[in-house]
Amino acid sequence: MSDEAIAVFQVEARENLELIEQGLLDLLDRPEDRDLVDAVFRGLHTLKGSGSMFGFDALAGFTHHCETAFDRVRKGEVAATTDLVSAVLAARDHMRRLMEDPTGDHGAAGDVLLADLERAVREADGNAPVAAAPVQTAWRIRFDLPSHAFKNGTNPLALLAELRDLGEARVVADVSRVPPLSQIEPTDHYLAWDVTLTTDQGRGAIEDVFIFVMDEMNLSIEALDASNADAVVADQTGPAEVVAEGPSILPQAAAPAQVAAPVQSSAPTAPDAAEAGVAKTAKPSESVRVPADRLDELMDRVGELVIAQSRLSQIANSGVDTALRAVSEEIERLSGELRDTMMVLRMVPVATLFGRFRRLVHDLARETGKVIELSTDGETTEIDKTVIERLADPLVHLIRNAADHGLETAEDRAAAGKPATGRIRLSAHQSGGEVVITIRDDGRGIDRDRVRAKAEAQGLIEPGAALSDHDLLQMIFHPGFSTAAAVTNLSGRGVGMDVVKRTIEALRGSIDIASRPGEGSEVSLRIPLTLAIIDGLLVRVGQGRYVIPLGAVEECLELSLDEDLRSRGRSFISLRNSLVPYLRLREMFETGTPPELHQKVVVVSTGTERIGLVVDQIIGDHQTVIKSMSKLHSGLPTFSGATILGDGGVALILDVGHLVAKGQQQEAQMREAI
Amino acid sequence: MSTQAEITTAPGWTGAEQVEVLTFELNGELFALHAVGVQEIMDLAPETVVPGAGAFAGAVINFRGKVIPLSDLRVAFGLERGAATIDSRIVVIEIELAGEPTLVGLRTDKVHEVTTLARADSEAPPSVGMRWRPEFIQCLVKRGGEFIVVPDLQAIFNQQQDARQPVTSATRH
Repeated sequence: MSDEAIAVFQVEARENLELIEQGLLDLLDRPEDRDLVDAVFRGLHTLKGSGSMFGFDALAGFTHHCETAFDRVRKGEVAATTDLVSAVLAARDHMRRLMEDPTGDHGAAGDVLLADLERAVREADGNAPVAAAPVQTAWRIRFDLPSHAFKNGTNPLALLAELRDLGEARVVADVSRVPPLSQIEPTDHYLAWDVTLTTDQGRGAIEDVFIFVMDEMNLSIEALDASNADAVVADQTGPAEVVAEGPSILPQAAAPAQVAAPVQSSAPTAPDAAEAGVAKTAKPSESVRVPADRLDELMDRVGELVIAQSRLSQIANSGVDTALRAVSEEIERLSGELRDTMMVLRMVPVATLFGRFRRLVHDLARETGKVIELSTDGETTEIDKTVIERLADPLVHLIRNAADHGLETAEDRAAAGKPATGRIRLSAHQSGGEVVITIRDDGRGIDRDRVRAKAEAQGLIEPGAALSDHDLLQMIFHPGFSTAAAVTNLSGRGVGMDVVKRTIEALRGSIDIASRPGEGSEVSLRIPLTLAIIDGLLVRVGQGRYVIPLGAVEECLELSLDEDLRSRGRSFISLRNSLVPYLRLREMFETGTPPELHQKVVVVSTGTERIGLVVDQIIGDHQTVIKSMSKLHSGLPTFSGATILGDGGVALILDVGHLVAKGQQQEAQMREAI
Repeated sequence: MSTQAEITTAPGWTGAEQVEVLTFELNGELFALHAVGVQEIMDLAPETVVPGAGAFAGAVINFRGKVIPLSDLRVAFGLERGAATIDSRIVVIEIELAGEPTLVGLRTDKVHEVTTLARADSEAPPSVGMRWRPEFIQCLVKRGGEFIVVPDLQAIFNQQQDARQPVTSATRH
């Protein structure tokens, strides 16, 4: 089996496991929903089948046991109790391990899970909603396979064996298409089959047998009246191609077949299944799976195109050729549209992210013994795929914090006059070029006194220092800061909020926290829509050109020569009655060039303070594709990346926060030197 | 897949009696790089100085729409940095940095040719009589009356990364 095929299987299996998880979580809320039960069962079945097809035998074996157990839910023999669903959820995680690491030794863990599952099924037994007595139905199944079936790895004998497992089957082979021996292509498939199956299973179970070959085969499944099935089979005057032991059957008229619809309550009803089958074959493919790195590659190409285009327009605008200029403008429009389309391709709804947290909250509730309800809002908000991936860990941490530190136990809540169920609300909405994600809980809020005590103990603030509420709350972002009195399994290890903050800042985002004692806390993350493009102000310092992210820029002004000379000892300007310190980038970057006559000050905000950056020239607005810096330059936090300009040159993108920190550090060193 | 791996891990002499190299000149010394890792030889391009990056990789260039570092082996070997000439070229190679294949441009004074060197002619760097750091040199190869230096790029770049500080102060004097 090629690595590629296995990779494809793993991608699909991951998605399948995701769907199974979603289905199970939904099932916790709506245990009576038969569609959900069917969907989960189908997922397990597919996983088992494709797993064994691709040589993941441990996975297939383990999944088989879960499928068997869950089949009892599907048949309505046992109810989907919370314990049972939780056991299957745990088993699902094990399947994921088996899938990601098929060679590892997971046998013991699997046995424990299966034992749990079995116990849950036993306990759920007797809680069955409607234990319908199995009804035997006779089905007539006719199918043939395409001539290249063997090449695709289809084994008709296995299909027949699976049909036999469902019940009593009589199989007749249709050999009419088999050519003379001289013309037989040994790797081709020529047979068709006619099977009469008497089973207590529904149409869905029969269709499941063919689930992997359905798209390429002709399959007809008709229900026979149970009473006359035998008669039909007994009638030996059927078609000529009677094979030794298999009695043939008469082509059954359609009318009686449709009368005898399956009567089991658990199986999907015949029309539904038929409809589903039709929808499956008739529906055109709506999406194409593309590896993310190909999208990145395309993005690079589009970026290069935009650069080449801006060179073209420079040339066109400097000449007098109006025809050239017209073409250049046309290309400018097209490449702009292409880039916009490209950006949309990379956007993913945050629902993919929020979906994972339902499971997290479910587990947290079980671990902490608290009753927690997660609600989400704005799942359709879209963010760049790479941003989504990097948001997952910080959000997991914030939700853990909310569940562990924020929410109180049911008793404490009752004592505080709150409803027993603690609520965590996750919401997302777009605001300009940013997405705002908030995590709100209605727990006890942040204990200011404890934060202050801890900050004083760690020497972060002077004892008794006057601090605004905002600044006090910021303390929790300090490395190693945790107010949890005891370190629990969930959080409180002090590796939390500073890592969250760093991750968010690395995404060019910001994090803010608000909290009311007794009422809860709210953390908001503001994240740029994409990491791939930046709106910036292009400036020149000495020979070098730099991009300052436009989001940080507040205003630009001129630094007159007088003022420059006057401010030798002190580097700040007065701006509308407030003093704004400034950094000379020429000095920081050691350009070795003399200052220009008309230097400019770009006033930027780092969130907490305003600071001026002195540059030689402001070139203008610049929207561009961000290129990351290589590992050789990863030790320079002053630059968050680079970008390619219209003339093919490279400009570095300034990380304003780090730049200001570095400037302060350099000044401190200079002061010490004096 | 397998060719990719060969490119990214600087191939030594292991298993091969002969190896194809690209020879080039730095300050009159002849150097050789394994040809398999070479992506392109390009003319000098506009450079963007990266403030604070140190002399070894003090600038970046635009290589086919990618921003790649431009590094100077002369810094690692403590050679004088001469001015660019009409023969100056940038050799773009792929090298593994912190587990990631990375494109890097190398400054050269002149690129000679792609040639084959025999393992039998190679020698380990002598422990004395050489002012270069021996761990930066994979081997010396005798050819005609001269020596060709085969630098251990992986060692040089790893050292750059670990140190995060330019090695200039350690090697120049």
